[in-house]
Amino acid sequence: MSKFNKVFAAFAAGACAIAMSTSAASARDEIRIVGSSTVFPFSTTVAERFGKETDFPTPVIESTGTGGGLKLFCAGIGEEHPDITNASARIKQSQVDDCASNGIKDIVEVKIGYDGIVIANSRDSAPLEVTLQDVFLALAKDVPAGEDGKTQPNPYMMWSDIRPELPKTKIEVLGPPPTSGTRAAFVEIAMEGGCKSFSWIKDLKGSDKSAYKTLCHSIREDGAFIEAGENDNLIVQKLQAAPTQFGIFGFSFLDQNSDVLQGALVDGVAPEFEDIASGDYPVSRSLFFYVKKDHVGVIPGMEEFLAAFSSEDAWGEEGYLTDKGLIPMGDEERASVAKTVADLAPLSM
Amino acid sequence: MTNPFSTEAAGLQGRHTSERIFKLSGLAAIIFAIGFLAIMVGSIAWTGSGALRESVIKLTVDLGPENVDPSDVDGASYRTIVRDALKASFPDVKSRKDRRKLYGLLSPDAALELKQYVSNNPDAVGQIVDVWLLASDDADIYLKGGVDTSLEESQRKFSDAEVAWVDLLTANGQTKRQFNKRFFTNGDSREPELAGILSSLVGSALTLVICFVISFPMGVGAAIYLEEFAKKNRLSEFFEVNINNLAAVPSIVFGLLGLAIFLNFFGFPRSSPLVGGMVLALMTLPTIIIASRASLRAVPPSIREAALGIGASRIQTTFHHVAPLALPGMLTGAIVGMARALGETAPLLMIGMVAFIADVPKGFLDSATALPVQIFLWADAPQRGFLEKTSAAIIVLLLFLVLMNLLAVVLRRKFERRF
Repeated sequence: MSKFNKVFAAFAAGACAIAMSTSAASARDEIRIVGSSTVFPFSTTVAERFGKETDFPTPVIESTGTGGGLKLFCAGIGEEHPDITNASARIKQSQVDDCASNGIKDIVEVKIGYDGIVIANSRDSAPLEVTLQDVFLALAKDVPAGEDGKTQPNPYMMWSDIRPELPKTKIEVLGPPPTSGTRAAFVEIAMEGGCKSFSWIKDLKGSDKSAYKTLCHSIREDGAFIEAGENDNLIVQKLQAAPTQFGIFGFSFLDQNSDVLQGALVDGVAPEFEDIASGDYPVSRSLFFYVKKDHVGVIPGMEEFLAAFSSEDAWGEEGYLTDKGLIPMGDEERASVAKTVADLAPLSM
Repeated sequence: MTNPFSTEAAGLQGRHTSERIFKLSGLAAIIFAIGFLAIMVGSIAWTGSGALRESVIKLTVDLGPENVDPSDVDGASYRTIVRDALKASFPDVKSRKDRRKLYGLLSPDAALELKQYVSNNPDAVGQIVDVWLLASDDADIYLKGGVDTSLEESQRKFSDAEVAWVDLLTANGQTKRQFNKRFFTNGDSREPELAGILSSLVGSALTLVICFVISFPMGVGAAIYLEEFAKKNRLSEFFEVNINNLAAVPSIVFGLLGLAIFLNFFGFPRSSPLVGGMVLALMTLPTIIIASRASLRAVPPSIREAALGIGASRIQTTFHHVAPLALPGMLTGAIVGMARALGETAPLLMIGMVAFIADVPKGFLDSATALPVQIFLWADAPQRGFLEKTSAAIIVLLLFLVLMNLLAVVLRRKFERRF
């Protein structure tokens, strides 16, 4: 009747073996990256090639969102904290201060390129042609009512209520939740852009900044804007099933699904590679990553990884990142950022 | 309809009819459930089966002395050799843009593959040889019939030129599909054609080992103490209620606990199977305790009385007689708990196991990911090629589960004893 004891003896042995393997804990030898889900595909592509082409281990990359990434990044210096964070929006002064209060004084900012935010629908329906003002009127919580200075809760239910030329379908737009960098950029560029096309609102920015922000940055909550979570593939599938709906997501998803989806023309410009790169397409943003300078030279492979990311082979006009949907910077801008990376020049706000 | 449980003296025929209706509705429910299961598994298997085949393209490469220096075989630029071979197959392609597209027919790993081929076949150096190289995900989807060429060119990713090139290669017998071994031997990748399941499979296995080693002895120990030794009073009742409640706590809470205690307080390495296993062990513990207590309770009291009656101590009674009889039930409970742990992603999110990890973990402290996390990450990737990988990964996860349940059945058979 000692079977039971045998089982327990086996467990004790197993536990000892694990304890011994853990006590041999060594310093971290791989680069750790956190941050934006938009930059994630680019960062992982570089990391994978870096792991294959060098003798360093493949960096480990977590997709935490821009805000979550900076929070982890700014938590402190040391191997338990990440070395690099990806961001789909520029770091804010408050975040720099947060980092500084934890002893992270030198951060290197690396801009990697651009991404367009598209408003897309199924190819089964007609393409949409909108202005930024239409976008604002369709999705804002409060919109201007008649005379200057007056607002009303958004009354528009159909696109054609805004302007008769727009389609006669219900306004239903699937978009990312507030935690997402895509949402932040959409609100800042598209919503605010449309908002300040009203001259009195533009004047408001000078007189009452918080009222201006509330008006321009609030998205309606009456069901016309549907928060679809961070999974952009889910939005793509929903749009195929419901041709009258629109979705908001990054250009790379439109690029990969161009057979089933089409992007709306914004201010007369279609979201195409060249137009986003040249800045003609109005809803585009810069993508960044931030490097903890104190970790360079401590965590093996940091300099080499930065060099690999800023090589022409990766982020250049013909680089492999463009195949993944990254829109490269111009030649001069690339050269100047590459110099910042090589010198590890710290960020100054 | 009459009440089938009615004791009223209804006619015999009426009672038979109600029995038949009851049986039929039961049968219908089962057929309905099995039907849905079949549709689900069928559709996943149908999509996933594509991931087991990969497309390869045959190219004639020149390994002559001007390309490969026999004294420095590793130093040759295999990327250029592969590109030259493609250019030679399609000499009409001149513009830079078209050439880039042409190179895109092959996976970025094709050069690495050629290098491996050369190191395996040193005799090939200096010769012109035919090699099969891996096609890119877009070419692979086209070769598997996933591109609708009746659509206008602007509406699809695979252009007319690419279609023409691949068709020409196929007509010359330069394309074929073969078993995708890579899926089982590679780690994660951003290129769908290179992505494999091995790193997450190993990660899941390591995590479960930790989870089992911690939760099983602790859970069984707690159950034996509570059931056989503890006095039945207010305090033990309080514990019981708490354990039952703990079993119903959403798993993300355990993840937060793990983040606060194991990572921030103890400073264990982030993303490691050690921490993942400990978090999942916390989650599995209540399940194991409850199942173990139930199986201890099912051991007839006569066994205990007989053992005590012939002079055995309580420890002897418990460990020599009661616990071995309850072991099959405990193991079943443990494996049910582990199966739940295998499918969890939420607690792993908090401790950094939801990440891009290409290298296969070599120990409990290396960064690792788990099978359901891999499924989640692939489902989120924009490339179309990941669709079939996602389904294939689901099949692997289901097989893993079936294996674990089989193990439970085998162990139960082995330890079961009748009395």
